[in-house]
Amino acid sequence: MGRYVVRRLLQMVPVFVGATLLIFLMVNVMGDPVAGLCGERQCDPATAAQLRHEFGLDEPLWLQYATYMGNVFTGDFGTAFNGQPVTELMATAFPVTIRLTVVAVLFEVVVGVTLGVLTGLRRGRPVDTTVLLLTLVVISVPTFVTGLLLQLLLGVEWGWVRPSVSAEAPFGELIVPGLVLASVSLAYVTRLTRTSLAENRRSDYVRTAVAKGLPRHRVVTRHLLRNSLIPVVTFIGTDIGALMGGAIVTERIFNIHGVGYQLYQGILRQNSQTVVGFVTVLVLVFLVANLLVDLLYAVLDPRIRYA
Amino acid sequence: MFLLSALVIVFLIVISVRPSVIASGSPLTCDLAKAREGAGPGHPFGYDGQGCDVYTRTVYGARASVTVGVLATLGVAVLGSVLGGLAGYFGGLWDSVLSRITDIFFAIPVVLGGLVLLSVVTSNTVWPVIGFMVLLGWPQISRIARGAVITAKQHDYVQAARALGASDARILLRHITPNAVAPVIVVSTIALGTYIALEATLSYLGVGLKPPSVSWGIDISAASPYIRNSPHALLWPSGALAVTVLAFIMLGDAVRDALDPKLR
Amino acid sequence: MRGVTRARGAACALAVALAAAGCGGGGPAGGAGGAVLSSSWGDPQNPLEPANTNEVQGGKVLDMIFRGLKKYDPRTGKATDMLAESIDTDDSRNFTIRVKRGWTFSDGEKVTARSFVDAWNYGASLKHHQKNAYFFGYVDGYDKVHPSSGTQTADTLSGLKVVDDHTFTVRLRQTFSGFPDTLGYAAFAPLPRVFFTHHAAWLAKPVGNGPYTVESYRKGSQMSLRKWAGYPGPDKARNGGVDLVVYTDNNTAYTDLLAGNLDLVDDVPAAQLKNVRSDLGDRYINAPAGIIQTFAFPYYDKAWSKPGAEKVRTGLSMAINRRQITETIFDRTRTPATDWTSPVLGADGGYRAGLCGRACSYDPAGARKLIKEGGGIPGGQVRITYNADTGSHKEWVDAVCNSINNALGDSKACVGNPVGTFADFRNRIGRHKMSGPFRAGWQMDYPLIQNFLQPLYYTDASSNDGMWSNRDFDRLVDQANAETDQARAVRLFQRAEEVVRDHMAAIPLWYQNGSAGYSERLSGVALNPFSVPVYNEIKVG
Repeated sequence: MGRYVVRRLLQMVPVFVGATLLIFLMVNVMGDPVAGLCGERQCDPATAAQLRHEFGLDEPLWLQYATYMGNVFTGDFGTAFNGQPVTELMATAFPVTIRLTVVAVLFEVVVGVTLGVLTGLRRGRPVDTTVLLLTLVVISVPTFVTGLLLQLLLGVEWGWVRPSVSAEAPFGELIVPGLVLASVSLAYVTRLTRTSLAENRRSDYVRTAVAKGLPRHRVVTRHLLRNSLIPVVTFIGTDIGALMGGAIVTERIFNIHGVGYQLYQGILRQNSQTVVGFVTVLVLVFLVANLLVDLLYAVLDPRIRYA
Repeated sequence: MFLLSALVIVFLIVISVRPSVIASGSPLTCDLAKAREGAGPGHPFGYDGQGCDVYTRTVYGARASVTVGVLATLGVAVLGSVLGGLAGYFGGLWDSVLSRITDIFFAIPVVLGGLVLLSVVTSNTVWPVIGFMVLLGWPQISRIARGAVITAKQHDYVQAARALGASDARILLRHITPNAVAPVIVVSTIALGTYIALEATLSYLGVGLKPPSVSWGIDISAASPYIRNSPHALLWPSGALAVTVLAFIMLGDAVRDALDPKLR
Repeated sequence: MRGVTRARGAACALAVALAAAGCGGGGPAGGAGGAVLSSSWGDPQNPLEPANTNEVQGGKVLDMIFRGLKKYDPRTGKATDMLAESIDTDDSRNFTIRVKRGWTFSDGEKVTARSFVDAWNYGASLKHHQKNAYFFGYVDGYDKVHPSSGTQTADTLSGLKVVDDHTFTVRLRQTFSGFPDTLGYAAFAPLPRVFFTHHAAWLAKPVGNGPYTVESYRKGSQMSLRKWAGYPGPDKARNGGVDLVVYTDNNTAYTDLLAGNLDLVDDVPAAQLKNVRSDLGDRYINAPAGIIQTFAFPYYDKAWSKPGAEKVRTGLSMAINRRQITETIFDRTRTPATDWTSPVLGADGGYRAGLCGRACSYDPAGARKLIKEGGGIPGGQVRITYNADTGSHKEWVDAVCNSINNALGDSKACVGNPVGTFADFRNRIGRHKMSGPFRAGWQMDYPLIQNFLQPLYYTDASSNDGMWSNRDFDRLVDQANAETDQARAVRLFQRAEEVVRDHMAAIPLWYQNGSAGYSERLSGVALNPFSVPVYNEIKVG
């Protein structure tokens, strides 16, 4: 187990370097960020040159990347154009987005798995067909339409919730945004659980457990669910990174000042330091989440042992 | 299910190729004086904020959406299965390198990548959007293809072919591909729907297709702020989009059931 | 508002179910310090230094925490003395400025002549790379502290001299009769010592001499400003303070106003204008502001600078149905433009309605004729470039194109060409990569006709993005600036404006109004000519 973790950690190094380099190059393609800083007029050339020097934009690209990565390892993620250290932006943005992600994952796990089990055990019945169709509808309507619709109905027309999220972003205000963020994944989790459950129901160990005369709920929870959840866990694990980065749309609709907001703002202002910094952290989250998922396998499936 | 979705898709393809079959007007003819008017004779869906006929635009919008969906899926499927297949078949160093590259592209959040890459594009064709989707979409297929090839490789008949001295190319093409292609097709069909929805999301963020292209994404994003005043301009393109995505996902389900009965 | 209270209760109940804390409290009601209002805000792009802030959102804050030598009257836009006791000159080139006594910064430091001179030197110096440095370009010695290339050879402007505690002199490089009227601009604000000695701390929590003080500042989400009880000026705050809340999307801000979570929205999105009357009744303001929208042209491109191209440009101008677009898309929050300045200047200030004449009125037949005479649209299609990330630019550009297409009877004559980000848009303009007209919005820095003409059309001026150049225009502007009599100067500027018209250097589209909506708790809400709410006059409750 220990050796496996070490090997995986070593594998993460090239992926981390590659992904950050990729995003660094992509952000660089966006062009000269200084041009947008002077409003509807040209920056005078001297000021522009001074600014480029200040942000290290006058160096060759490879040197910029090397310097940047060197700084990152000492915990310095650079400075945004408004003079604020990127780490400070992260300190305010990540807690908000983590809360949002937690709400979204909770929805996925609680609602998604419950619906999945429900439909998986009642295949072909009206419940199954209804939920299946519902999940299809949820998948096919774009998130921003769902979000705007819920905001208008729940927030303005019926007045059930705040239409936007305040600066503190407590859990209570994140329920609707979390649901919107989770909606598509939620539908996938439901379908995945359903299929996986159905497949495992026919397996020998379940038949054995039933034959042994174990009570139904014990068969379902101890034997069936435990094995059926492996693909679901994989999905949710890879989804965490995607949720955090994909919150751009949701955070924009509900005015949440989290990671998605900072990224969106950073891209609009071509603030390379902010974008690269946040994506670097997101890549780390993605990698660690994947590793944790693989380790969870061993817990869920006693047949899997890592060496 | 299958029949219904197949019918919807055939219909979509027909109106993508020849929208004039069911819509007589031009989607670019707009009269501001009629902005946000409701339905009237000859204009069953009413007008949008620019005074364009919503019905005509919804019909013409199918072409861009279907083009993006189909071409992006083809690109992703080809690139993903070639790279994934090679990694799975040859294993060893090939596999390690390709798998790490897959991870790199997998780690970049898709919407974010779209915002960064497409924000500098000025071309008003569908190609940048498709290119971006292929660039960040292939790892999904690559992983599946790799897994499928590894499984297929261990089958007895592949070992037998190898023992008989068949070349790598022959084994890959004749023996492995037919057995590994099913999961790729299944995932691709479902992905097709999500690419169509992704185009709409990109348009909502202002980096999707550009005028004079006509697409549901453009119309949805233009109409979404007016949701309170003229919901009809939002309803029709969103509805068309949802039905299309639904049709492709249902088709994907049906294909999966047919190709891989175990997953039923 | 009853519904809202219930809503918050429901959300809290759910929050308990999720085992979370942090409910109750918050909201716009504010704390114990009196009635505080909340107002929508955008994240300022630059650090909040006065000489570094060139957009409205940062300007909003500076307007609350700083007072300069002059202040623009919130209603008329006239520059009136604030901290200036007197500004005297004999030749419109050498100015003696006396600063009023009794003014202090909110940290207790006295505002003296040095507070101004140090601030201006800081703003002009190249090493501080302040984006508004060029405002000091009129002052003698600017080329030494801010050379256009190489390193600076002086740290202070030689044209600025402190005479005594409350007097300083300014020597300009050339005569500029309007100079005193520019001094209300934020870049000319005085700065306390703490700005220079503890710069980082100052940026985290700016200190100024205006009616409000910064209580707390969470960058990217909220700034809380509170009334400064010891403010010595006449325009004291009539409320307990203002909480500026950052919104990414002004639709969300508007939605929050409707739901009772926000008191003031100072930019009603175009999409909501149709229902704003029914939503807010008379709690909606639509007031003229010193903003004009135009299309600029790339004169570095032969196709647009060749003789006859002015006919094409005039023809395009006549193909735009301004009235219909301002009424349908903007619901009268824009007024069709008939000159190149703004009505907020007033007739005395140089605004002349109808100066554009026929060239700005909708006339499809005339448009077709002129464009044909001018050799047709270059390349057969106009691509109007704009940035798609802010404002509702897409809507009106599409409407303009539809109008042109309908007038010319060709559904492909005009097409919008969105650029993803404002930064990239500016980048392309800066690199002279435009191939057709592009969006050019101009918000005045100070209410002078000079500010609507010189920066935009003078040869090589800072905002002359299309590189238009005309000797007659330049000569008239030089003459106007040298003129000491205001009325005569204005007339010369108007003659320069006629040159702009005759060549159709840019197509004027419409004058932009400021729009705002507010909650039932507020009264006395008004927008100044810069489309910024006059915060200190707002009463709460």
